[in-house]
Amino acid sequence: MHSVRKQRLILVALVVVLSSAAIGLVAFALRDNINLFYPPADVVAGKAPVDRNIRLGGMVVEGSVVRSEESLDTVFWVTDYEASVPVKYSGILPDLFAEGEGVVAEGRLDETGALVATQVLAKHDENYMPPEVAAALQGKTMPAGDRGGP
Amino acid sequence: MIPELGHVSLIIAFVLALGLGAVPLWGSFRANVAAMNLAPTLAVGVSVFVAIAFAMLTISFLSDDFSVAVVAANSNSLLPPIFKFSAVWGNHEGSLLLWVLILSGWMTAVACLSSALPLTMISRVLSVMGLIAVGFLAFSLLTSNPFERLLPNTPLDGNDLNPLLQDPGLIIHPPLLYMGYVGLSVPFAFAIAALLSGRLDASWARWSRPWTNVAWGFLSLGIMLGSWWAYYELGWGGWWFWDPVENASFMPWLMGTALVHSLAVTEKRGVFRSWTVLLAIFAFSLSLLGTFLVRSGVLTSVHAFAADPERGLFILIFLAIVVGGSLLLYALRAPSVASRVNYGLVSREALLMVNNLVFAVATIVVLLGTLFPLVMDAFSLGKYSVGPPYFNAVFVPLMALVMPFMTVGPISRWREDSTRRWMHELLVPAAVISVLAVLFSWFGSGAFNLWVALAILLAGWVVLGVARDVWRRLTQGAQGAPRWRRLSASFIGMTLAHVGFAAVVLGAVVVSQHTEERDLRMAVDEVAELGEYRFALKRLSQAPGPNYVADQAVFEVSHSGRVIATLIPEKRRYLASGQVMTEAAIEASLWRDLYVALGEPIGADAWAVRLQYKPMVRWLWLGGLLIGFGALITALDRRYRAQLSRSAAVTAAVDEQVLGLAR
Repeated sequence: MHSVRKQRLILVALVVVLSSAAIGLVAFALRDNINLFYPPADVVAGKAPVDRNIRLGGMVVEGSVVRSEESLDTVFWVTDYEASVPVKYSGILPDLFAEGEGVVAEGRLDETGALVATQVLAKHDENYMPPEVAAALQGKTMPAGDRGGP
Repeated sequence: MIPELGHVSLIIAFVLALGLGAVPLWGSFRANVAAMNLAPTLAVGVSVFVAIAFAMLTISFLSDDFSVAVVAANSNSLLPPIFKFSAVWGNHEGSLLLWVLILSGWMTAVACLSSALPLTMISRVLSVMGLIAVGFLAFSLLTSNPFERLLPNTPLDGNDLNPLLQDPGLIIHPPLLYMGYVGLSVPFAFAIAALLSGRLDASWARWSRPWTNVAWGFLSLGIMLGSWWAYYELGWGGWWFWDPVENASFMPWLMGTALVHSLAVTEKRGVFRSWTVLLAIFAFSLSLLGTFLVRSGVLTSVHAFAADPERGLFILIFLAIVVGGSLLLYALRAPSVASRVNYGLVSREALLMVNNLVFAVATIVVLLGTLFPLVMDAFSLGKYSVGPPYFNAVFVPLMALVMPFMTVGPISRWREDSTRRWMHELLVPAAVISVLAVLFSWFGSGAFNLWVALAILLAGWVVLGVARDVWRRLTQGAQGAPRWRRLSASFIGMTLAHVGFAAVVLGAVVVSQHTEERDLRMAVDEVAELGEYRFALKRLSQAPGPNYVADQAVFEVSHSGRVIATLIPEKRRYLASGQVMTEAAIEASLWRDLYVALGEPIGADAWAVRLQYKPMVRWLWLGGLLIGFGALITALDRRYRAQLSRSAAVTAAVDEQVLGLAR
């Protein structure tokens, strides 16, 4: 009997220790590693933090993509038809990245208000729009003639 | 005509599934033998009609019948026939049909291979599976009918299959994954049947165990293939992204891992019973959750074919019924099946408990990270994303924690063991691996790497422990029968799976620590260096494919002045959709992969190029193969076959007893 009780006690202690360790780890890991999503209008309005990673989503402004001839540096503008934010990226863009299409860029804002992206995600097929982008664009229509951006 | 035939078959299958879900279950409570005897027949009937429906959809794809909506949206007359075939499940409606087809396949297998089980048990198991089939057939018929026609506005040609899915890996990845996903419904059905009868003993575990191992093995193989596909097809050279869709298949796997081990304890020692039942319920619930996540379009992914809130709602309700219902049943019946068997703290039971706790906690942390953004979004608390850093931070320590126990577990004794015996058994492997870990941590990069040293220590510890165990079993004990026959199929399977796990861990750590990667601009005749390898861009050319045109770049790779490979990565433009796809070129070997992918053209004669050196990346998938096949091999164990013939007599007696009681 005694050993059964002792065994239960140890089991409970084990579960408590392990789960609190796990909760601690989860809390710690969540604090630093979640990224909040912002549409361009919020970024331009100064609502996005500058000292941490954010995700920016919207449409790539047509005619705004400038690729360097010498390196892999690319600059493009992302818009939600209210405001536009320039994105700087050095690296290979995804296959489905294109002007006038939806995109999500992840990175930090620099002092000029441009997003220095560490990762650029484009949609997976042509009928598909990232849900965040769809929500950011909802109710906003593209004004004729106004392309936003530069 | 063909699509209508398929549609009608699907409706007939639905009606039969309704019968299967209701009649034998009713019969099992009323001791109505005739009603219970219907179960296997109805199960086979459902399978036959689902198979006909699936065949009709396949014919529609192969014969380019663009009047069928899914064919028009996901195929094209220029698509190679093999991809027309895989396009059947390369879309939401078809993949759901595949889900049901595989479920009915498992049902048929249970019906055919379980004739030795008591009739009440088998009829309840099949009824529960029938109810699951009802849910999914209703889902298919009501919200995602694969046979919907586009009449009279039939398009002349189809939209083509998403180029990402035009790949041999995708022909087998979904069926294998579904075999695992859906296969977890078998232990679930066994668990529910056991709760209904209150008979939850070692023989229940012995019936359930081979099914669980096989399902878990397929799930392992499916996940492994998915990772391999992502590696060579997505063009970034990554092999695991902690993408919510990957997590959707990974969570049932983690829970299944706990279940497979907990079933071992229940079978051998009769303990952990209610816990095992709970794990079986959770594992299948996570499969359903995965299906919900992937099929409802709440996620951004290649797998989310279409976003349709109605579909999401349907699966959510179904999920709520299954999880809620089975947990309610568990709450009502579990105390009656709880066990009272004692075991020591230093015993195999205790070690397997550690396994169970770690894998359950791992499932929960992955679940948290996966659902957190969805929950925050649902309550309008902001749009978050949880990335790989979170998952790595919580998952890696948990796996490191479980590995030391993996070696001790298989050599330890049930009930009561002693730490002195463990020391005696494992002192030599521990000493050897400690030395090797320090020696080999310099290997490959020339500098001491703590993480690689730890990985070698843990993985080597598992492998050496297993090797010592095998050696002892082969050399000691009585003479007589051929020595290899002393190793049972379940021991061989377990050994392979544990070695495979060690290989995955080692491969994952080495490739994460020592990958070298360069993104750069390269023109013809330029040379780039990556580690000890030189990549020379020789020429650019164009080549036509069946339904695309490809830009090719020819790279010559040399190592210490000697040419070792010619790599030709492609950039394909698909004709029907105009989509562009990167086709990476890979020089693969056991110790390292060389990986070249094209980005986009820069100027007239140069390309953005990604070069990667990935040491030991193959170990991930070889390890995954070992885990999967190891699990499949355990099901061949003689004791499972022996029970088929032996228990037939017992079954008759039990049936008598149950029927007598019911009357």
